[in-house]
Parts: sequence; C-alpha cells; structure tokens
Amino acid sequence: MAEGVGGVSYTRALICRKCGQEYSIQPISRCDFCLSPLEVSYDYKAMAKGISREKLAGGPFSMWRYRDMLPVEGKTVDIGTGFTPLVKADNLGREFGLDELYIKNDCLNPTYSFKDRPVSVAVTKAQEFGFDTVACASTGNLAASVAAHAIKANMKAYVFVPSSVESGKLVGIAIYNPTLVTVDGSYDDVNRLCARLVERYNWGFINVNLRPYYAEGSKTLGYEVAEQLGWHAPDCIVAPAASGLMFTRIWKGLDELAMLDLIEPVNTHMYLAQAAGSSPIVNAFQSGTLHVHPVQPDTIAKSIAIGNPADGYYALRVARQSGGGACAITDEEIIAGMKLLAQTEGIFAEATGGVVIGTLRKLAASGVIKRNELTVAFITGAGPRTQDIVSDLVRPFTVQPSLESFEEVLGARV
Amino acid sequence: MTKRQVMFTFPPELIREPIIYTLSHQFKVVTNIRRADVSENKGWVVLELEGEDSEIEHGIAWVISKGVRVDPVVGDIVEG
Repeated sequence: MAEGVGGVSYTRALICRKCGQEYSIQPISRCDFCLSPLEVSYDYKAMAKGISREKLAGGPFSMWRYRDMLPVEGKTVDIGTGFTPLVKADNLGREFGLDELYIKNDCLNPTYSFKDRPVSVAVTKAQEFGFDTVACASTGNLAASVAAHAIKANMKAYVFVPSSVESGKLVGIAIYNPTLVTVDGSYDDVNRLCARLVERYNWGFINVNLRPYYAEGSKTLGYEVAEQLGWHAPDCIVAPAASGLMFTRIWKGLDELAMLDLIEPVNTHMYLAQAAGSSPIVNAFQSGTLHVHPVQPDTIAKSIAIGNPADGYYALRVARQSGGGACAITDEEIIAGMKLLAQTEGIFAEATGGVVIGTLRKLAASGVIKRNELTVAFITGAGPRTQDIVSDLVRPFTVQPSLESFEEVLGARV
Repeated sequence: MTKRQVMFTFPPELIREPIIYTLSHQFKVVTNIRRADVSENKGWVVLELEGEDSEIEHGIAWVISKGVRVDPVVGDIVEG
C-alpha cells in the first residue's frame, strides 16, 4: 500500500494471466516465460479495509472517484472522463420487449469514446514511469484520446495511422496537435511497424508496454454501472469486443466490487458483440474452441475491426463462464441498429453502437434475454466521427422562403 | 541481434510440415517455442525468433509464403 497524490494505491505487482509468474510494476506487458499477457494484481485485503460505498460516492463525478481501485500512485492525468449517464431506455426497450433496459452512454467522454478511461490510466502511468513521449496506432478513437491526454500531461505524442484511413477522420486527432504519421501499408504492416517501434524507442506505447495499466481503466465502466444501479450488478450486459480487453474489464470491475463486499455476488450474463466482418471471438465461441483464430477484418465498424484480438481468449472465457454468449451482426444490421438507437433514445452512436443494438435485438427476439431482466447495453463511441455511413438519411424537404411554399410542400404533414 | 515474438497459425494442410525446423535451417534464426496447441486440424505456436533483423525478416517472409499466418504475439496493435 502506498500513499499517492490524492489517494492510496493498493497495487501489488504484475502477474502473468497464464502461468502466474510475478513481475514488479514496470512498463512491460508480456510474461518473459510464456509470452502471455500480464495484468495488475492488488492487495484486495487492504483495499477492502480502505474502501466503502460511502467513500466512493463522496469522490469526484468522474472515473477518478475509483482512483484507489486503479494502479496509479501519483498525480492523475484527468481531462474529465467518466461518470457518464446510465439512461433508462424505455422507447428502445418497447421495441425489443425489454422492461428493464438501460444504455450506458459512454459517447459522452471528453474525446467521445470510452477510450478516455483506459488512456487516462495509461498516460498517468507513463508519467509515473518517466516517459516524455506516448504513442499508439489507431484509426480514430484511441488516437484522439492519446493525443488529448498527452497535451494535458505536457507530453509528446506519436500517433500512427494506416494511410487508408479517410482524411476526415484525422481531424479529431490532429486538433490535439500530436505527431501524426500515416503509414503506407495495410493494417498488418502498421502492426508490424509498431511492434518494431516499441523495441526501438523509449516510449510509453499505450496498448503495448503500458497495456496492463491501460486495461484497468475500463474497469470503471463496471464500477459506474453498479453504483448507478444502486450498488447492484445487472442481470445481463451487452458490450462490443475488438481486442476483447474492455469486455474482460467490465467483468473484472463487477467481480472486484463483489470481492470487496460492495455488491452481492455477481450473476451477470455477459454477451459479447462483434461485426460479422470481423468476428474472431464470436467464431471461437460458436465453434466451441478456446483458440481465437485471427481473421482479415472487413466491416464498416472500423473501431472494432481487429482481426487478431490480444485478449480474445480471455473475453471468450468471460462470455462462457458468465453464462452469456457471443453474437455477430452484419453491416446492414449495424446501420439499422445505429438508426434505431438514435430514433428511439436520441443517442447517435458510432457503428460499434449499431453492433451492440443489433446484438441486443437478436438476443431479445430469441428469448435469450428476458423481458424482466435488468440489461445494460454499452454504447462506447459517438457517431459524428463516422457519420458518412448513415449519410443516406439526409433527405431534407426543400422550400422557398415563403409561407406558401412551406405549406405547399409540407402542409399535409403539419 | 534482435528478438521477435510472434504467433504462427497453421492451416490444416501444413500441420505435418516441419516449417519451424526448416526456418531455423534455411535462415540464421534461433527459434524458441513458448506455447503451442497443435492437433490434426489446427495449430498455433507462440515463439521467439532471435537473429539479425534481415534474417528474421526474410525468414518470416518465407514462412508467410508457405501459407502460415504470422502475427505479432501482442495481437493487433492498431485499434479503433
């Protein structure tokens, strides 16, 4: 246990998720022995003594109210992330025959996606480790978040983007003034380049050498939902999966709350949502295997188009062990889901949100999720960054600037 | 000398081929297997490759040309 600026750290060590080998807290992400991912472990006994519902509820209205449950020691890099609304979705619930449906609207983070949660922790940790530069490879959401946090922390940021990414998407990154690098080549080429850069430069690479810390930020999604439900875990959760990391951490967040006696033992069914054009985890779930075979992504849901998910195996395990499931949604269903969410609940989500809504529709229609089950659907990124995919909706009525013209065109409608 | 941590995913028709043995003999690359799961219809191997940069690059290109998928062990780094 260590006293940090504004809180206490119960961080104990890094531990290999496969073989259990332990490492001190440092910027590494893989076990030296079996090359499996490392995760942060905590002194839960001490944490249980130091944390209570009252203490948490008295914290700031941001993800940092859970600071003592995160692996940080010093001053946090905070751009105002978290404690996003949990909205009762009665209109959408009626469409699906669900009486207790909620939307966790994580579009409402500073850079418009849930990525601000893990990045906030990763950049805080980068600062603690003494890095002066952070880096990432991304097609949008992650890059924007890293660039924004780096500016706040007075750090340099390198952002690598495949050259195929539309230039319009780069505005939301460039505005924070990182060193923006477009790489001529496929996604796989960019992956390979970044793996080399990590070896070469002394940077905090957000989702590589800082990955164990980055991962922990997403636990706050689970914490918040439970707190917002009056310290209860939902019956069912529907959440998207790309690398699978966030999906596993929502579960870990709930599990920790139960371990700390802050909620009852968790009996939440975790349902994982992917786009059919990039569904390696769903494929593995459906074929009953534990190995997630990489695929070549081809979907409009670019922000979850990951063919070789680093945490696929662990996400698969959460879906299975929780008695949940996994579902893949076509591009047409994704667009229908985006439109339905906007036109029932007033929430404009990116394509990933359409994946979640499409999955929810299937699960409700098949009776897997039942009418009275308290269900939370996670909407993790805002729509405007990828609005082109629903541009067919723009069909305005054209009138002359006169009352006569208006009534001629729209009179029957008014 | 550098080290590269990669995952080979074998299609069923290549599972009986001595790809890793041949890699270490045709190229100056030391192969060090850390985890694996191989059965008659699927196979993946997580291993570390050690050697000169150019030897590793050429070796990986040869493995890919044989029909094996090669991915960084860290998974996809590019995220949304």
